[in-house]
Amino acid sequence: MSPHLRKQLVVVGHGMVGHRFVQAAIERGLTETYDIIVLGEEPRPAYDRVALTSYFEVGAEALSFLPDGVYEDPRVRLHLGAEAVGLDTEQQAILLADGETLRYDELVLATGAAPFVPPVPGNELGNVFVYRTIEDLEAIREASRGARAGAVIGGGLLGLEAANALHQLGVQTHVVEMAPRLMAVQVDDAGGATLQRHITDLGLTVHTGVVTEQITGTDTVTGLRFKGAEEPVDLDLVIFSAGIRPRDLLAREAGLEVAERGGVLVDEQCRSSSAHIWAIGECAAPGGRMYGLVAPGYAMAEVVVDTLLGGAAGSFTGADMSTKLKLLGVDVASFGDAFATTPDSLELVFSDAVAGVYKKLVVAENAAGGVELLGGILVGDASAYGVLRPMVGSGIALPDNPEELILPASRGGVEVGLPDDAQVCSCNNVTKAEIVAAVADDGSCDSPACVTKCTQAGATCGSCKTTVKKIVEDHFASVGKSVDRSLCSHFQVTRAELFEVIAIHGYTRFDDIIAAHGRGRGCDICKPAIASILASLLNHHVLDGANRTLQDTNDAYLANIQKNGTYSVVPRIPGGEVTPDKLIVIGEVARDFGLYTKITGGQRIDLFGARLEDLPVIWKRLVDAGFESGHAYGKSLRTVKSCVGSTWCRYGVQDSVGLAIELELRYRGLRSPHKLKGGVSGCARECAEARSKDFGVIATEKGWNLYVAGNGGATPAHAQLLAGDLDTPTLIRYLDRFLMYYIRTADRLQRTAPWVASLDGGLDRVREVVVDDVLGLGSELEEAMSKHVDSYFDEWKATVEDPAKLERFVSFVNAPGTPDPHISFRDERGQIAPAASEGPVTLVELGASIPVGSPR
Amino acid sequence: MTPATSATTSAMTVVCPLARIEVEGGVAALVDGDAVAVFRTFEDEVYALSNYDPFSKASVLSRGIVGTRTIDGVDVPFVASPMHKQAFDLRTGRCLDEEAVTVTTYDVHVVDGQVVVGRRRESGAG
Repeated sequence: MSPHLRKQLVVVGHGMVGHRFVQAAIERGLTETYDIIVLGEEPRPAYDRVALTSYFEVGAEALSFLPDGVYEDPRVRLHLGAEAVGLDTEQQAILLADGETLRYDELVLATGAAPFVPPVPGNELGNVFVYRTIEDLEAIREASRGARAGAVIGGGLLGLEAANALHQLGVQTHVVEMAPRLMAVQVDDAGGATLQRHITDLGLTVHTGVVTEQITGTDTVTGLRFKGAEEPVDLDLVIFSAGIRPRDLLAREAGLEVAERGGVLVDEQCRSSSAHIWAIGECAAPGGRMYGLVAPGYAMAEVVVDTLLGGAAGSFTGADMSTKLKLLGVDVASFGDAFATTPDSLELVFSDAVAGVYKKLVVAENAAGGVELLGGILVGDASAYGVLRPMVGSGIALPDNPEELILPASRGGVEVGLPDDAQVCSCNNVTKAEIVAAVADDGSCDSPACVTKCTQAGATCGSCKTTVKKIVEDHFASVGKSVDRSLCSHFQVTRAELFEVIAIHGYTRFDDIIAAHGRGRGCDICKPAIASILASLLNHHVLDGANRTLQDTNDAYLANIQKNGTYSVVPRIPGGEVTPDKLIVIGEVARDFGLYTKITGGQRIDLFGARLEDLPVIWKRLVDAGFESGHAYGKSLRTVKSCVGSTWCRYGVQDSVGLAIELELRYRGLRSPHKLKGGVSGCARECAEARSKDFGVIATEKGWNLYVAGNGGATPAHAQLLAGDLDTPTLIRYLDRFLMYYIRTADRLQRTAPWVASLDGGLDRVREVVVDDVLGLGSELEEAMSKHVDSYFDEWKATVEDPAKLERFVSFVNAPGTPDPHISFRDERGQIAPAASEGPVTLVELGASIPVGSPR
Repeated sequence: MTPATSATTSAMTVVCPLARIEVEGGVAALVDGDAVAVFRTFEDEVYALSNYDPFSKASVLSRGIVGTRTIDGVDVPFVASPMHKQAFDLRTGRCLDEEAVTVTTYDVHVVDGQVVVGRRRESGAG
């Protein structure tokens, strides 16, 4: 057999586009015929360079597309830190810096671009940086310590991203732009001026229309001298962000044709001038033009996979250079013919200098006599982007009053129907028809979040998410499928809405709530849901008064019902830490009541087989020994699992047990839409498996990383990083907010992972609310949690001390001394197990003792 | 299905004072050796069903949540099994989620504030 039965494909470059190529190759079966070797020059796998500015906030892991550094498909191998230094097109081989030679059957160049550093004197000084990689950001952060002022040279899109990063680092930031306005490529003079006002208001200094003559300093930067200015501006660091150049050296030296302004010249299938060599992304120049955005790169990656698969090959004939982003908190969008270069085009402008909003539409009359949208610019409020951009080139006529499209929302927006082939997501090229197909009867999706997952619409930059949501909702409405989110037949509202209603009115009783806002007398869905909401709001005893009958099976008896009608008992063992004396008490109670004993996954002990009437006696013993309810029966905080931490472990960097106990005691008894679990690991080894929890905390040298919305169970999800390197008070503040926000807004029985996925903006939204406090809810949420913490009591202790509550814990109301004859046990591995039931058991003679199989 | 069935008697068993049963709550009582679940609705009607849940085969129905379900415009009082939530019509014992399944019902009255359970009704299994 030939050793080369399978062909070898080499990808040079593991950036966003290289990664996308590999993903598409795996998904679409190219790996059935090719082994793929990916060479990445950077020390880490591909990451989201578009979101580079958020690196300081979220860290490298959150940005990574491949955190483990391994593709699931074993036919793809990724080599990091591998630099390609030579290309031999005759031998079809790549030479690596370490001397290794790699043969290829097909070669895909995805080497990206490099920042352009203009030949300004002084650009070789220390503390002069570029802005492209995580390593660049690390270096900038290092230099920013102790720096007072810095400049970003370049006021384009990337320059403003860099300025944002510098500003975040607390450095007085200058933005230096040669053109007369900021973002000269995307926006016009009026848009640039609006943007500049926003940025100046944030405390940054903007210099437009200036030429940098020299970077001053001897070893490191001390200042920047502009042409015509007498004194240099005093500075400690400089970042160049004045454009990028394709990294085409490898191809150039191998004799491949390159474009006049750089980039490997390729045809519409991204084929270079040399056989079996393809180029995609920023290193490529299809038709002589390079594209410095990620979406065209993705499109090129798909085209090459298409072509290599040999099917109906797609082609790359140019790209939508539309852009929407938030720069320094300011919305900026530019799409289509933003500068009205089309003959006979007209401009519609809305400008509100006070609010800092500038919007322009470029329109023209089409052949049919209607008015068509050609492009536009939005600064300060880009919310209309999702509706406007797909209209460009779609052929649909604008409404009679197109200005309505850009007037403030309070004037009432207009409904615009998009044609089926309108491209809604430009990053991943998803059309409206594809979105509708995903939610159609034979489609696989039932929600906008699912559509994003399945079609990738909105998965990259997210700017079209609101449009995706609208399309999905419109589709459901059109087929008469109301997205029924009502709680049950008794309440036509969602749990979140009901929560608000109950909180605002201050209701404390189910009867009042259903009389005012529901119908009928409720059911097994709305009653426990309202019981949970009331418990979250009031933190009263769940067995108090009329609310007792609302409680679900387990809450009703403060224990977990098992298959034969007996209960299991779980005392709280915070953080999994327990003294030998307390362990002995648990053992004695289990022995005396004949209970089956098992260690739970939450680091505590579950005692099974307790009869209803024995629960109070069992708990009396446990309470007397210092135990309290573990709330294993409630939709509430269960446990905060911990590893042993720095106290004992030679690797530990923080006291994970101490923090786990603190968190478990803080949130114990907190009723929530679903059960809640936490975990704390004392170092990055993550022995507590904290990232499988609703909230997971992992120690770092500097503090704690907080992960949220991990779930085990049937739909496992890893928790995602919310914020890093927190001190304990900040960690607790964020957690208080996160948990209360979840409790208030989640659906019934919705765990944290699907809850986060259901929010517009997902985890970013959670971060905005919890960390940035954009809703201004922070202190309210914290106060609600503090109220919970202050009013906590042990509900089992309160129960054993209250004869009225104990009345219900009987086998038979008229024969409390007679144990339920239906319950019987068998022996399994030396402990009890429920015996199979054959039907209702009748006591032959009242009071007669019949064997029931219990070991006692 | 019923082991050791005792003959249906005409005896009336005084179970407890009505006040002992919570509104929209239930209690388990021992009636002629049978475990019977006695419920009280919002309108203070009382109903008695076998305590045995034929789905889970456990004697637990008295611990279920009581509510109403609208069927053909009528609010039907029901108890949801605490195990897997199947709903049983309190008036007839019929399972509202699976028509073929019915639990035994019992005559029940309130006499001088006392809940009295009488004979097992003949319709229904168990």
